Amino acid sequence: MRFRTESSPHVIPAHSVGGVMQQVLMALVPGTLAMTWFFGWGVLVNVLLGVLFAVAFEAAMVAARKRPVMATLADNSAIVTGWLFALAIPPLAPFWVTLIGIAFAIIVAKHLYGGLGYNPFNPAMVGYVVVLVSFPREMALWPAATTLPESPLTLLQSLQTVLTGSLPGTQEWDAVTRATPLDAMREGLVSGRTVGEITASPLFGTFTETGWEWVGNFFLLGGLYLLFRRVIHWHIPVAVILGVAIPAGFFWLLDPDSFASPAFHVFSGAVIIGAFFIATDPVSASTTPLGRILYGAGIGVLIFVIRTWGGYPDAVAFAVLLMNMVAPTLDHLTRPRIFGRTRGGPPPGDGHA
Amino acid sequence: MQLHRFHGGLKLADETDASTAEPVLVMGVPAKLTVPLGQHIGEATEACVQVGDHVTKGQRIGQSKGYIAAHVHAPTSGEVVDIDLHPVPHPSGLNAPCVVIEPDGHDEWGDARMEPWLDWDTRDLRALRQRLRAGGIVGLGGAAFPTAVKLNPRTGQRIHTLIVNGAECEPYISADDMLLRTAPEAVFEGIRITARLLGVERVLFAVEDNMPEAMRSLTETLPPELRDLIELVSVPSLYPTGGERQLIKVLTGLEVPSGGLPADIGMVCHNPGTFKAICDTVIQGRPLLSRIVTVTGPGVKHPRNVEALLGTPFADVIEAAGGYAEGVDRLVMGGPMMGFAVHDDSIPVIKATNCLLATRPQDTPSPGPLMPCIRCAECAAVCPAQLLPQQLYWQAKAKDFDAIQDYGLFDCIECGCCAYVCPSNIPLVQYYRYAKNEIWAREKERHKSDIARERYEFRQERIEREEREKAERLAKKKAAVKNKENDGDKQAAIQAALERAQKKKAARADESAKGPDEASDSDQSGEETSSTSDSRDGDDR
Repeated sequence: MRFRTESSPHVIPAHSVGGVMQQVLMALVPGTLAMTWFFGWGVLVNVLLGVLFAVAFEAAMVAARKRPVMATLADNSAIVTGWLFALAIPPLAPFWVTLIGIAFAIIVAKHLYGGLGYNPFNPAMVGYVVVLVSFPREMALWPAATTLPESPLTLLQSLQTVLTGSLPGTQEWDAVTRATPLDAMREGLVSGRTVGEITASPLFGTFTETGWEWVGNFFLLGGLYLLFRRVIHWHIPVAVILGVAIPAGFFWLLDPDSFASPAFHVFSGAVIIGAFFIATDPVSASTTPLGRILYGAGIGVLIFVIRTWGGYPDAVAFAVLLMNMVAPTLDHLTRPRIFGRTRGGPPPGDGHA
Repeated sequence: MQLHRFHGGLKLADETDASTAEPVLVMGVPAKLTVPLGQHIGEATEACVQVGDHVTKGQRIGQSKGYIAAHVHAPTSGEVVDIDLHPVPHPSGLNAPCVVIEPDGHDEWGDARMEPWLDWDTRDLRALRQRLRAGGIVGLGGAAFPTAVKLNPRTGQRIHTLIVNGAECEPYISADDMLLRTAPEAVFEGIRITARLLGVERVLFAVEDNMPEAMRSLTETLPPELRDLIELVSVPSLYPTGGERQLIKVLTGLEVPSGGLPADIGMVCHNPGTFKAICDTVIQGRPLLSRIVTVTGPGVKHPRNVEALLGTPFADVIEAAGGYAEGVDRLVMGGPMMGFAVHDDSIPVIKATNCLLATRPQDTPSPGPLMPCIRCAECAAVCPAQLLPQQLYWQAKAKDFDAIQDYGLFDCIECGCCAYVCPSNIPLVQYYRYAKNEIWAREKERHKSDIARERYEFRQERIEREEREKAERLAKKKAAVKNKENDGDKQAAIQAALERAQKKKAARADESAKGPDEASDSDQSGEETSSTSDSRDGDDR
């Protein structure tokens, strides 16, 4: 009798790329729903558009590169990119912001470098930074955090706003949008108010604005799920959060009037989603245990530095992209000790085969 | 006892229940035995019988040539009907020299049988090692390394600990488990012999914690006088604990140096089956003729363990386990993690055949499409050698053979943990094997060209020397002639030379009437041929 010969292991594969990405998508659901609750239907509209554009560009690029389209789409990576990009931009940003951002993410940052696995930079963050520096006005349209029933726009109106770029009826942008806590903190400090005065606003909860805080909590929940399922490892998220919190805590202890608390830093803006979902993008991150800690810590410290002394209120995307550049070197410098060898050195004793 | 951990590893489902339900079946003599001449790590043996010879059971049919080698014996009595290339269990799928024996059915030991050594305790250590060599014993865990070599440590190397590797190497395999359940006494005897050979202070007998029956059987039969020597240790079943480096780490916390051997840290590690073979050879005078094979997997009807003669076709072994189940399409020698799929079931059981695993498409589906590496580093998380498989993969792909060695390619034990967890279905181990082979090939090539260059340089030097010497000779001659001229015989000498030249001219004119002028040419070419033929011994031709 004759048999099929294939290489070992002769078992059912334990994981698949599509499966890993699917877990990431599932973990994004609670945070996305929380964002929708606090920032309105625009969040969902953007996520749907983002995913749609991403999959469309991915399919086009894969076809242009003469690769199997369906098999490639099944890795779900384009969906993750589209989704994360959509969560990063303001919920009422016009559709062309998403279109341009995603085009850059998928075409330039991903496929021109060789597609999944070959991109040195996180595609979603490249796309985000492109629209952030190109369209600062549109990127500032963050609605006030309310709740869905109190939201000024219905689902349909949100859709209309995103597609047309203008608010329905007589509504004014100024009435709908408000400075994010990070903006408020930044402007407040610049104009000479103390941290205490800024956070005295009734909108502030325990650490930051209540809505932002809850969104952070739900992304944290999804992140913990990924840790639990071992889709990601603890090194990067913990290092990012400590990388923000430790310097923030140091300066806060020195001068609590001029520097926001570490908890404010961690729960405002994109630190939580960045720590668990963005910095952990395996392709562009460091891959050794120590390398991951340094990579995450670098992102955290850069976030704090750019927020505090830099030109942008939030800095997760810049921090991630900057550390993406360092990741290969980190991998090279932080190789673990090989079994039976001393660290970095030749094998102990005389090595004879 | 304080146990230790090695990095990574996999918790794999225990699949041994099915094959341990029934006792080991001792298979009969098959209609034909195809005994490969190379069944071990090292050089293949040379056939020492001829087609038509009658061989007796236990007669040596393959004579080992090198030091790292093991003799091959006739598993039963019969006639040698063929000595030729036949399919053998090897990942390459290539044929190899085999002795084909048609059994006569008598299963007779001839005069070749070694005398039983009940008094092995009083025998010389050298003689004991000779006996192991004569018995053709190799490690029966699956690697098939000649045992006598392992039990002959280099001078100055003291072995203090003997390790019994009762941790089955892979899921599905239960050959050791069944052996320990049924013949623990023979294993203990083998340990005694080995302990004496090596002069060890202690024996650590590791058994996986999913083999409680084997452990019970060992505890009950451990002879009281061995209690001080042998320590039975239950180790967690975590793949690849059965790898000797990993097991030594678990038991002692020590790491075998990279590129070294356990003997470098005073340890030797053997599989229980090997100890049984040592006992059989030394005490009963029975060389290695058969082994326990686990026949298992969803592709066979009644998974079980059988004791099969070396050379028995896989098909017969499968038949002993009730035959194939419906839809079987893959037959693997070894376990699911490191075993290799064979294309044909006519190939024979060899000393390294610890398991035959038959599966259906639903058990081992073809891996999905090959996806790009996403650098998730799950492979690094499970690598027991603490390597970075994701980097080795890139380097192998890029053929960056310097970097890949720098990253520890040769520390890879090919356990397959990385490939198992890879979400992109990348056959990582294949890449590492490719890189290793490529590096070995290049080294060989380099060695060859080094030798060629040496020869060339030697030849150049010799030619130069010869020319120098010739020039010196010529100069001497000239000087001698000059001296003569000065003697005053100048005129006479010139006269003589002129006469000689005229004679030659006349002779040549005669010859040119017959054919072309060859005389001076033939002189020259004659010199040239002689110089080339001289250089031949030093040349690479």
